[in-house]
Amino acid sequence: MEIKSMHFKANASAKLADVVLQRNLKSSKGKFVAKRAEAIKDLDDFEGTRDAAAAIRNKVIDNLDLWLERFERKALDTGAKVLWAKDGAEVCRLVVEIARKHGVTKVTKSKSMLSEEAGLNHALEAAGIQPVETDLGEYILQVDNNEPPSHIIAPAVHKSLDDVADLFHKVHGTPRKTDIPALTREAREVLRGHFLSAGMGLSGGNFLVAETGSVALVTNEGNGRMVTTIPKVHVVITGIEKVIPTLEDLSTLMRLLPRSATGQSISNYFSILTGVKKPEEHDGPEHLYFVLVDSGRADVVGGDFHEMLRCIRCGACMNHCPVYQTIGGHAYGWVYPGPMGSVLTPLYAGIENAIDLPHAATLCNQCGVVCPVKIPLPDLLRKLREKQTERGLRPLTERIGLRLWAWVAQQPRLYALGASVGARYLKWLAGDTDRIRLLPTAPEWSLGRDFPAPQGKTFRELYAARQTRTKEST
Amino acid sequence: MSSRDDILGRVRAGLQRNASNATIARDEMLAALTNCSQGPKPGIDAEPKALLERFRLKSELQSSTVDIVAHESDAPAAVARYLAAMNLPKSAVAQPALAALDWAGAGLTVEARGARDADLVGITGCFCAVAETGTLMMCSSPDTPAAVSLLPETHVAIVRASRILPYMEDAWALARKELGTLPRAVNFISGPSRTGDIEQTIVLGAHGPYRVHLVIVAD
Ligand code: SF4
Repeated sequence: MEIKSMHFKANASAKLADVVLQRNLKSSKGKFVAKRAEAIKDLDDFEGTRDAAAAIRNKVIDNLDLWLERFERKALDTGAKVLWAKDGAEVCRLVVEIARKHGVTKVTKSKSMLSEEAGLNHALEAAGIQPVETDLGEYILQVDNNEPPSHIIAPAVHKSLDDVADLFHKVHGTPRKTDIPALTREAREVLRGHFLSAGMGLSGGNFLVAETGSVALVTNEGNGRMVTTIPKVHVVITGIEKVIPTLEDLSTLMRLLPRSATGQSISNYFSILTGVKKPEEHDGPEHLYFVLVDSGRADVVGGDFHEMLRCIRCGACMNHCPVYQTIGGHAYGWVYPGPMGSVLTPLYAGIENAIDLPHAATLCNQCGVVCPVKIPLPDLLRKLREKQTERGLRPLTERIGLRLWAWVAQQPRLYALGASVGARYLKWLAGDTDRIRLLPTAPEWSLGRDFPAPQGKTFRELYAARQTRTKEST
Repeated sequence: MSSRDDILGRVRAGLQRNASNATIARDEMLAALTNCSQGPKPGIDAEPKALLERFRLKSELQSSTVDIVAHESDAPAAVARYLAAMNLPKSAVAQPALAALDWAGAGLTVEARGARDADLVGITGCFCAVAETGTLMMCSSPDTPAAVSLLPETHVAIVRASRILPYMEDAWALARKELGTLPRAVNFISGPSRTGDIEQTIVLGAHGPYRVHLVIVAD
């Protein structure tokens, strides 16, 4: 997918002014938050479970090379093939090759964020192979001119019922309906035909199990089961960081993933797929391929942002983020929105291509508190800001301003003079009130904030006055 | 250099891999794979009656419906009762593992085979069930094809009460003991398929069944 993160500010302003989007965001706001809060109540030891989950993920990413080799060996033993892709272009090349090899002209897809990263649908179409998105949210976006997803769990969360009603009426040529079950049935009927006729099914992978060489898929709609049961070929596209050790670890992570994502105690379907169909079996793919994707992940291993690799893509951080709730997912400009996206996009797409994202956060730590694998997201965002400064990527005015301030701060007299003028100016700005609403020197920044007005004297002046008073009274 | 070697090479460089830390890490990996240690689990009363009750309750919360019969031979009649009450067709596809039950005796036309698109009712057993969340564990095999619980609009599952276990961890232990290796597909099913993709409104019956009915055999 093309990266548009450098236009974050302009995108965010446009999204704030988008009346329809703002209405849709408002109506969805809080639903995920409330459901998660309710769902974690059944875990007697929620914090302990989070610690255990973080430990499981650490165990693997701290020795990722060995776990990957172990997973690969097990998967090969089951009859699967394991391929490796350095970047999105290689993902596209490999998948097109597999499709050609098996004479496939149609691919049904269950949700895969990595295929979004790679822009796979585009590549398949260019090769004359029809990709069909089958997750209802992804399907809605695909038939709406291949719109990108705005949320990793609920890709079409920015769309209203009316949007979908208009869309289906237009693309299916059926009478317009506004009944959600009827719209869902309409999509089911259209997609059923595709499930049965596709030669290849493509899925992501929530986890890869090293013990058994399996892929684990967490789904609700059943489309994940369809694309991995009916076609002759199944291709799994996942990031190299997705390995976990054992089936028991899978159970621990499953106590957290659906609860954190949608507030469910377990997803409707949880499928653990191992190897290929045996000759005497009725269903299942005859060929299973794993495409293990790097796309920037290998270079994160062992570095300052290593902990980010624990992420299990639950989306809780975005559901709880005040910035995400206000602007929606598209403004972030790439596949991953919200706090996790503000960390991942610079890491995978280049710090210089997403300058504003690490700043698109209030560092309120709502995300850190809800993250099921305890990723310290605000710390990582702060570290990214530091990296930008180290690499001289901040805007010229900011750099000059900070340098100027540093110089002034080293000149005590000048500093005292500046501070005393500043304090008086700010008091004057506040007028009769105790708040400053708009700062003429930083209008954009102060538009959304009010600050308490200073008393009109600097700390040093107040301190000196107090010292004199103390002396006089003794 | 192949992409595999390139990727693994950079992972090793990031981890500062060398011979001595590789030995330690490999031992830790083997230990993790043999110990299969478990994380914290919510408390569950494992007494059989309580397990059955919890499973029933949790299944209903997942929007499944539940019936309890005394013996396996009562199951066909229970299925027939359910289909009649729901105004559903009297013909169904059943997993070959259930072929021996007397379906005709209950007035049902049941074909024991893999599922097809036109099948409206699918009848399955299950490998075991998990009380923690009200979940069925289905293991695929020639006798228990996976699509029977997926393609039809109605899924009826027969569950033996003695196979209701407290946790998913117990299900893994049972699979290791009875099956050795995992089958091609393990599907944990918790109620009918659903979606919340339009305005976060939950709709039952996305791509899989609209309804799941459980016939628990108390035996
Ligand atoms: S960073 Fe944490 S909260 Fe955000 S998606 Fe990843 S696992 Fe979930």
